[in-house]
Amino acid sequence: MDTIFGYPGAAVIDIYDALVKTDFKHILVRHEQGAVHAADGYARASGKVGVCLVTSGPGATNTVSGIAAAHADSIPLVLFTGQVPTGLIGNDAFQEVDIVGITRPCTKHNYLITKIEDLAGTIREAFHIARSGRPGPVLVDLPKDMMSSKADFKPAKSVKLKSYQPNYKPNVRQLGKVVELIKKAKKPLILAGGGVILSKAAGELKKFAEAIESPVTTTLMGLGAFPTDTSKWLGMIGMHGTYRANMASANCDLMIAIGVRFDDRVTGKIDAFAPKAKIVHIDIDPTSIRKNIPVAIPVVGDCGETLKILNELVGAQVKGIFNGSRGAWFDQIEEWKSTKKLDYRQEDVIKPQYVVETLHRLTKGKAIITTEVGQNQMWAAQYYHFDRPNCFITSGGLGCMGFGLPAAIGAQIACPDSLVVDIAGDGSIQMNIQELATAVQYGLPVKVVILNNGYLGMVRQWQELFYDRCYAGTCMDHAPDFLKLADAYGAVGLRATHPEEVEPVLHEGLSTRRTVIMEFKVEKEENVYPMVPAGAPITEMLLV
Amino acid sequence: MVENRPGVLSRIVGLFSGRGFNIESLCVAETADADISRITLVTCGDMGVIEQIKKQLNKLINVIKVVDFTDTPFVQRDLALIKVRAKPEHRAEILRITDIFRGRVVDVGSEFYTLEVTGDLDKIDAILGLLKPMGVKEIARTGTIALPREKRK
Repeated sequence: MDTIFGYPGAAVIDIYDALVKTDFKHILVRHEQGAVHAADGYARASGKVGVCLVTSGPGATNTVSGIAAAHADSIPLVLFTGQVPTGLIGNDAFQEVDIVGITRPCTKHNYLITKIEDLAGTIREAFHIARSGRPGPVLVDLPKDMMSSKADFKPAKSVKLKSYQPNYKPNVRQLGKVVELIKKAKKPLILAGGGVILSKAAGELKKFAEAIESPVTTTLMGLGAFPTDTSKWLGMIGMHGTYRANMASANCDLMIAIGVRFDDRVTGKIDAFAPKAKIVHIDIDPTSIRKNIPVAIPVVGDCGETLKILNELVGAQVKGIFNGSRGAWFDQIEEWKSTKKLDYRQEDVIKPQYVVETLHRLTKGKAIITTEVGQNQMWAAQYYHFDRPNCFITSGGLGCMGFGLPAAIGAQIACPDSLVVDIAGDGSIQMNIQELATAVQYGLPVKVVILNNGYLGMVRQWQELFYDRCYAGTCMDHAPDFLKLADAYGAVGLRATHPEEVEPVLHEGLSTRRTVIMEFKVEKEENVYPMVPAGAPITEMLLV
Repeated sequence: MVENRPGVLSRIVGLFSGRGFNIESLCVAETADADISRITLVTCGDMGVIEQIKKQLNKLINVIKVVDFTDTPFVQRDLALIKVRAKPEHRAEILRITDIFRGRVVDVGSEFYTLEVTGDLDKIDAILGLLKPMGVKEIARTGTIALPREKRK
């Protein structure tokens, strides 16, 4: 690791004092939540561990939403928090909070250092735990007196923990049963999730889908794990999934779920989920298996390792045996696709979907996209076709508004030569808009696309559809002038109010090598479709 | 079996409360190895819930081993201290009951006897049922501890 996202304070001055004398790149954010999301975006874009450094008390509590977001999406982070000196712990000292206690349920693990001799070993453990098995955030709390004391540095030994040994290698006998099911299946479906991206298994997934001639859908977190330019690709599943993906899940006779955890936004009504299918569930985390959905064959193992072995087994046993026998299944899928495709009505106001589509066309799909949370996130997921891993960076599990801009900053630092675009709404962009200063300070050419509808759009959509259009608390009557705001921060601001301005604004914004805000005044009451009402079977979709 | 470190119990208790699992009793103490503690926890739930509890516990970094006694032969003990009103006309009866349950009187005052009884949950419940009519002032119970039985040849 070489980059730290942080914000100083009294309890961590000693660390900062030492830090400036090292080669670490320190990115000074404007809010500690921004530091965690930036480290998170960095981790997702690079596949490396993201690192944060903040002070005690409010510095530490400000990280909690960011930690919970990373925890929900299994992102490897190591967070260092300052703490009051050990002698003051428990005395309600200035800027003291029990951050280890507070973050226990939203970290993979956490530590309080009480002996300087433990420091090096604990940091090694923290990185080991953060990036191995099912990854996650690990917090190390550093009392101030520990940071000003000295100990002999003992060179690294490999970390071995008797109570923590993730199981990477799947049980091959279980996989034999999977192959038998594959041979018998007439309507298979692969459901891939974020685990495929985390274990860098997209290549093996593609091979696997081709070998067993199966269509593939992914969760929100799995977008990018499978190429989009093939008839095997069904689009995303779930509450805002495509018609064909949701219908395929309801009609498949075999579902091979890889690196997913069957979130309620994926399954809809549990009893009606994949009712005709035998479900195979592959995941490195045993707690994900049979937590929400009964499965026929559980496989505990790393997605990549498991797919590799499956591909070997399948290559030897299955090759050519289908001989186009899955034609009827693919015909059915094609019919679902052509009758109910993702669509919106083009009118004389800007449609948010059109902005995302145009962005996709102009960037040739090569941008790294981060999102905020809500309608902007779903339109990004639906209309920017993610064809490779690590290019869609979104707070999936926690749904943490304010994620996109700092995450874009982290992604841009991880990938300085890539085009990084945050697709935002006018609501959530304001939750961490202060990070514009960070982007400008470090000369990061991050682009922010604000789909401004003047509403907290997703909640408004629920109110429209399920609460008699009672728009309680969702109307953002007063928003800042985003152009002036961009200017005030030293960024470039652009605005489009008519459909014909969308492409020129995007073109100009994308070709400017500076931090750019592009504001699009979009249709105020546009909805995300398809939509499955919460708790309904995912085949009961509201369509355009 | 867990690592004997500060905060470990809190992780376990937090897991139960955070995920809506129930704790009926909980008992913690060091084992013969001072670095390792044994936590004996009684919970209830259907098979799926119990499986999930075991997996979630195993996932905690400080948990070394989880053993489910449900389907294995095991011995269990609960210890109760019971402070019972000892009216003169009840004293002989209290001592008799204590004797039948192989308990002991560990403190005697002018109005109350304190009894110590060990056994499984049913036995403790049974003696409590017999003593209650005489007036039980206070009870302290340890919660269940258990060990698997060795296999017989």
